[in-house]
Amino acid sequence: MANMNPKRNPMPSQAPEDRRRNFDEVALGYTEEQAIDEAKRCLNCKNMPCVSGCPVGIHIPEFIACVASGDFDGAYEVIARSSSLPAVCGRVCPQETQCEGKCVRGIKGESVGIGRLERFVADWHREHGGAGAHAAEPNGRRVAVVGSGPSGLTCAGELAKKGYDVTVFEALHTVGGVLVYGIPEFRLPKAIVASEVDGLRKMGVKFEVNTVIGRTVTVRELMDEHGFDAVFIGSGAGLPRFMNIPGENLKGVYSANEFLTRVNLMKAYKPDSATPISHGRCVAVVGGGNVAMDAARCALRIGAEKVYIVYRRSLDELPARREEVEHAMEEGIEFKLLTNPTEIMGFRDENDPRNPLNGWVKGMKCVEMELGEPDASGRRSPVEKPDSAFELECDCVIMAIGTSPNPLIKSTTEGLEVNRRGGIVVEENSGLTSIEGVYAGGDAVTGAATVILAMGAGKNAAKAIDEYLKDRSR
Amino acid sequence: MYKIMRRKQLNPTVVLMDIYAPAVAAKAQPGQFIILRTDEDGERIPLTVADYDRENGTVTVIFQIVGATTEKLAHFSEGDCLHDFVGPLGRPTQIRGLKKVAVVGGGVGCAIAYPVAKALRENGAEVHSIVGFRNKDLIILRDEFEAVSDKFVLMTDDGSAGEKGLVTNALEKLIESGEKYDEVITIGPLVMMKFVSLLTKKYGIKTVASMNPIMIDGTGMCGGCRLTVGGQTKFACVDGPEFDAHLIDFDEAISRGAMYRDFESREREKTCRLFGKEGV
Ligand SMILES: Cc1cc2nc3c(=O)[nH]c(=O)nc-3n(C[C@H](O)[C@H](O)[C@H](O)COP(=O)(O)OP(=O)(O)OC[C@H]3O[C@@H](n4cnc5c(N)ncnc54)[C@H](O)[C@@H]3O)c2cc1C
Ligand SMILES: Cc1cc2nc3c(=O)[nH]c(=O)nc-3n(C[C@H](O)[C@H](O)[C@H](O)COP(=O)(O)OP(=O)(O)OC[C@H]3O[C@@H](n4cnc5c(N)ncnc54)[C@H](O)[C@@H]3O)c2cc1C
Ligand code: SF4
Ligand code: SF4
Ligand code: FES
Repeated sequence: MANMNPKRNPMPSQAPEDRRRNFDEVALGYTEEQAIDEAKRCLNCKNMPCVSGCPVGIHIPEFIACVASGDFDGAYEVIARSSSLPAVCGRVCPQETQCEGKCVRGIKGESVGIGRLERFVADWHREHGGAGAHAAEPNGRRVAVVGSGPSGLTCAGELAKKGYDVTVFEALHTVGGVLVYGIPEFRLPKAIVASEVDGLRKMGVKFEVNTVIGRTVTVRELMDEHGFDAVFIGSGAGLPRFMNIPGENLKGVYSANEFLTRVNLMKAYKPDSATPISHGRCVAVVGGGNVAMDAARCALRIGAEKVYIVYRRSLDELPARREEVEHAMEEGIEFKLLTNPTEIMGFRDENDPRNPLNGWVKGMKCVEMELGEPDASGRRSPVEKPDSAFELECDCVIMAIGTSPNPLIKSTTEGLEVNRRGGIVVEENSGLTSIEGVYAGGDAVTGAATVILAMGAGKNAAKAIDEYLKDRSR
Repeated sequence: MYKIMRRKQLNPTVVLMDIYAPAVAAKAQPGQFIILRTDEDGERIPLTVADYDRENGTVTVIFQIVGATTEKLAHFSEGDCLHDFVGPLGRPTQIRGLKKVAVVGGGVGCAIAYPVAKALRENGAEVHSIVGFRNKDLIILRDEFEAVSDKFVLMTDDGSAGEKGLVTNALEKLIESGEKYDEVITIGPLVMMKFVSLLTKKYGIKTVASMNPIMIDGTGMCGGCRLTVGGQTKFACVDGPEFDAHLIDFDEAISRGAMYRDFESREREKTCRLFGKEGV
């Protein structure tokens, strides 16, 4: 009965030649037939190794069995028991290191396309007017959620289901966190995020945009003056890091956050947008994670002729999702691996100080690297090859080398403990911070991680908040 | 929605508005700023809190028409609403402990300097204000400044009002005449602040400059507002906007500030056409 094809059903996608110049979604999703065929590849393993790879423990074989029998609504219900953002996670989870990485079908062939099936189920549910959860009987308790990324949205949703009166406070003018200002449209259409948020609204969750916690209102004031019984902080990863090499403040050098925010949140990709952005002809993106891939592919889509990924380790160490790396390569992005920048060079016309090109990036000095001995963490750290310096010509540089926590909430919340790196210190399972009634989760705690981990943290905190407030009311 | 409660044209290109935003008004302090969007799909632009009225829940902003967004904003009338208005952002000015201060403002920077001067005076400091404009038609907030200053010097580039010359000339004259300032606070065009800073460095007077780099989120997320201060990268929206002027790399800030100049002049032309007039 099972489909023993070693290969999974390929994902229907836009052709690379077409998609490299548009912002439409790259992967188009399975048809019902493809989904059923793919679902039949699952062996329904008793010990369910795949489930152990999923940070929120979705009952994978169970939902896949529903898909195989054509019961898509049933499949959705199974997933919804464990995950509140399946349309998002099905698209952006690093499945190859999580659920699919554990799948037994992956040993002798390709693993079951779990993420693709999850996405199919979520999309099918949405497109068929699937009912979301309804507002529960109010229990009279109020919870404030800081930040509307996946951790905050999940925490809000879980609490609303239990009857809490939840308000989400967001600093920006749009809700969704990285899902709207970071991850681009062609990978995660904004309409999907909006529909998830609408679902929460229907459950009674309130959203207050344009509110910076720590400035407009502090965490303490939320509790002492605004009557919230508990607070969840899901404020995200924070400030972009730079390399501290010469030339990083030349014109044409961006942090990935700024570049992606201009393109996604401020819609610079639309031809009539009022948001300025440098349309680099030749763009070098430094870094190898999802953020770097997104920046590179956005640069290509707004018109760059040449885009490089500059990464100091090798292909195997690229932290980005495998699929994004493959997509980026298909689209013609050139990978300069084992390469590290040492200086960004600027244009300077000695004869004409008014030359408008003065102060703009004109290239990047780099060195070649090789992988040395494995370090304590087991990763082989790159070391510089002697005499390998070279220059890479480019007119725009995007730094995608990570973030460090934003000190705003910490500095305005007395008693909130943070670790050496600035991440909020929490109790492992509950997300409880050093302040009673204040919980935290997601990137604000772990540093930049993944959507699914942020979601898991939001969910755990919701559970802990529920227990805490139930206890207190007794 | 954030309603415009009052609109006043201060000079041909500078407009004052009181915006209804009680949450911001409740917290605002001198030196802080807000970010607004006129409408959906608009740009996010930062403007300093020029004043606030906690009782009526309003925040005053004073802005100069320089590009597309400020042009659009200038066409809003009393009763209209802004789409977004967030704040207060940035660190407030440190005014405590200062006994005698020179506040040096240039152009629309005076709108930012005025609440600082006022707060200093309210805190008991002796305030000497030196304000500069290109010509007499561009002067703003003259009476307001005079009311909060122990000494008030008006400079114009062409001598059409006050004294002819630059604010640095006036400041140097006061210092040379024996005035001893705890601190100089300077707010205005980058070039002006650069020269004020060079001057006070010579005399060893602590100087604070209020920087206004290009910003997007204003919460420390994008890094677009970065400056080099004392050799380190600082984010103006969370670490500033005020910094020790003697440590700021002004030349770099001037260069970065011009990053989008071509794009912006095109956008402004588009907006002007939209409103059917040739600039304002
Ligand atoms: C470009 C990019 C691509 C990525 N790709 C992937 C991927 O493919 N797969 C994957 O799993 N993960 C990916 N990630 C990582 C993932 O998006 C994050 O780990 C996840 O979004 C973290 O969620 P969060 O809820 O902790 O915070 P965020 O999503 O960062 O949300 C935090 C929210 O809090 C708001 N906020 C911050 N401070 C305040 C304050 N003081 N007051 C009010 N609001 C505040 C912010 O504006 C923001 O909206 C990517 C990240 C980026 C940047
Ligand atoms: C913290 C802060 C506080 C500010 N406070 C005030 C204020 O109280 N009153 C006021 O009039 N302006 C203030 N500004 C400047 C104001 O934000 C800009 O004038 C505005 O963003 C221009 O928007 P625009 O779309 O109309 O013009 P754009 O089309 O964006 O720009 C037009 C021209 O203005 C220049 N410009 C763009 N952004 C800035 C900037 N941030 N600073 C200086 N020049 C810029 C451009 O180089 C261009 O030449 C402040 C800026 C910051 C960062
Ligand atoms: S949530 Fe992510 S890890 Fe879990 S099953 Fe879905 S795709 Fe796999
Ligand atoms: S490990 Fe693979 S084959 Fe086995 S149940 Fe999970 S998805 Fe199905
Ligand atoms: S404006 Fe984005 S970090 Fe300051």
